[in-house]
Amino acid sequence: MTVARVDRPRRAPAAAARASGSGARSLRRRRRLTALAFLTPLLAYLAAFYVYPLYRNLDLSLRDYTVRSFVAGDAPFSGWDNFRTVLDDPTFGPAMRHTMVFTFVSIAFQYVIGLALAVFFNRHFRLSTVLRALFLIPWLLPLIVSASTWSWMFNSESGVVNYFLHFFGVAPVGWLTAPDWALVSVIIANIWIGIPFNLVILYSGLQNIPGELYEAAALDGAGAWQQFRRITFPLLRPVSAITLLLGLVYTLKVFDLIWIMTKGGPGDASSTLATWSYQLGFGTLLPRFGPGAAVGNILILIALVFGLLHIRVQRRQEA
Amino acid sequence: MKSRGYTVIGLCLTALMLFPVYWMLNVSLTPQQDMRKDPPDLLPLHPTFEGYRAVLDDQLPYLGTSLLIGIGTVALTLLIAAPAGYALARLRPRGGGALELALLIAQMIPGIVMAMGFYGIFLDLSLLNSWWGLIVADSTIAVPFGVMIFTAFMSGIPGELLSAARIDGAGTWRTFRSVVLPLSRNAIVTVSLFGFLWAWSDFVFANTLDGGGSWKPITLGIYKYIGNNNQEWNAIMATAVVASVPAAVLLVLAQRYVAAGVTAGAVKD
Repeated sequence: MTVARVDRPRRAPAAAARASGSGARSLRRRRRLTALAFLTPLLAYLAAFYVYPLYRNLDLSLRDYTVRSFVAGDAPFSGWDNFRTVLDDPTFGPAMRHTMVFTFVSIAFQYVIGLALAVFFNRHFRLSTVLRALFLIPWLLPLIVSASTWSWMFNSESGVVNYFLHFFGVAPVGWLTAPDWALVSVIIANIWIGIPFNLVILYSGLQNIPGELYEAAALDGAGAWQQFRRITFPLLRPVSAITLLLGLVYTLKVFDLIWIMTKGGPGDASSTLATWSYQLGFGTLLPRFGPGAAVGNILILIALVFGLLHIRVQRRQEA
Repeated sequence: MKSRGYTVIGLCLTALMLFPVYWMLNVSLTPQQDMRKDPPDLLPLHPTFEGYRAVLDDQLPYLGTSLLIGIGTVALTLLIAAPAGYALARLRPRGGGALELALLIAQMIPGIVMAMGFYGIFLDLSLLNSWWGLIVADSTIAVPFGVMIFTAFMSGIPGELLSAARIDGAGTWRTFRSVVLPLSRNAIVTVSLFGFLWAWSDFVFANTLDGGGSWKPITLGIYKYIGNNNQEWNAIMATAVVASVPAAVLLVLAQRYVAAGVTAGAVKD
């Protein structure tokens, strides 16, 4: 369909005819203003709903807030006090350690299982497309759905996990109630949720490896494992790096799952920086917004380190 | 011959992976008195719909709120992200690269941190417990992603189409509205799909910003069931099943858009 009605002056031919410097300059300025007009909603949005909340959060972490001064908005400036409080808190060490264990163990398993499945599905057998689509389900479910399902499956008396384990002679495990097992339980659930993401990305990475390479390798007598080690894995390295870093950034900030399954408990047994921050700010009747925001800002800092690393790797690949 | 073996293994792996989903369905149909039976019934041999009746009685308003918030989030996201994507892809604005970097970083900020910031602001403006406050908060998850998708997609539209429109006398806005947007259908679907799903699934913002209002989303409906130390797991799981319906529908209707959304930005073509 052509746009028949001419409701604006024909700018392009006019500009071509007027080759003088000032004309080109005004055209460029016009174009820049148009671009700005299209970007204005986004810029206003980011300022109001990203920059301002983040500023408020930073402000929270640098002032001594009580419930009353939070409402009145006249809390005294206290510098790094909240950060010092948080760093000296006996919960800080465990929360930091749990965050790291949760993140690294989760993404290690998600990646290995996701990669194995991607290689498997790359064989293109009957039903492979349908089954691969079904694998997406855990990732698409609302987190509260997955978390509550796993909670019930991990129930120590009536959970189906303990029921299956008893066939192997394993005594009932207090998955969510024993301090030694709570973190393991939330990691298992999180691995389950993250596998589809890894599978999809790694699978699409595999699609970009030319099939002739495998044919040539097969002619040279390379077995399946050799092919994986010498072709698949090295050629997939860029995609792997992106997947792992992205997984890292996403997993660091996991909150819903842990909060719904264990609330970070029992005690501090499964609390991470994310759940601890929420616990401080909203989890009790006496909110401690300052320290809560301080923990949140520490979490941002860690996420940014890995995030910038991710961007660097991606940029280098595109260059 | 060999392919059949793979199909069998594939079926087993999928069954293993989807066992929790099956278990959710199974528990949602289990009568209350059998809930703690040992051994548990692996099949819903005596199915009951008590759980689903509880959903109808208690959870319908929550489902309505979630639907409203999901649609609102999609509308707001498209309104902001589509023009911005066009500008970044086609109009070469000053500072465009820096803006794209900022959007990438924005996606890495933990939700709880945003929630805490929003809590203070919403308290000042008395926006707490309002459904449209939640739309604003939920859209922050989708907007940066949406701009990225639109930018990538609109960069791929052939330049000749745009110059043809210009020669026909269409201004930038008209080109955007009558040429670029209709061509960007796939990107619009992908962004809407994820925007809806994220808003529908959101728990952090809902629990922080909408804990006491009368307009609560379904995620809080489930959470309230669990939090009350409710032992009626068939009702909890029935709600979970109902809350999963949008995900299932989208997977069936729009699977390739889902895959496109997951891989966007992660893999270069």
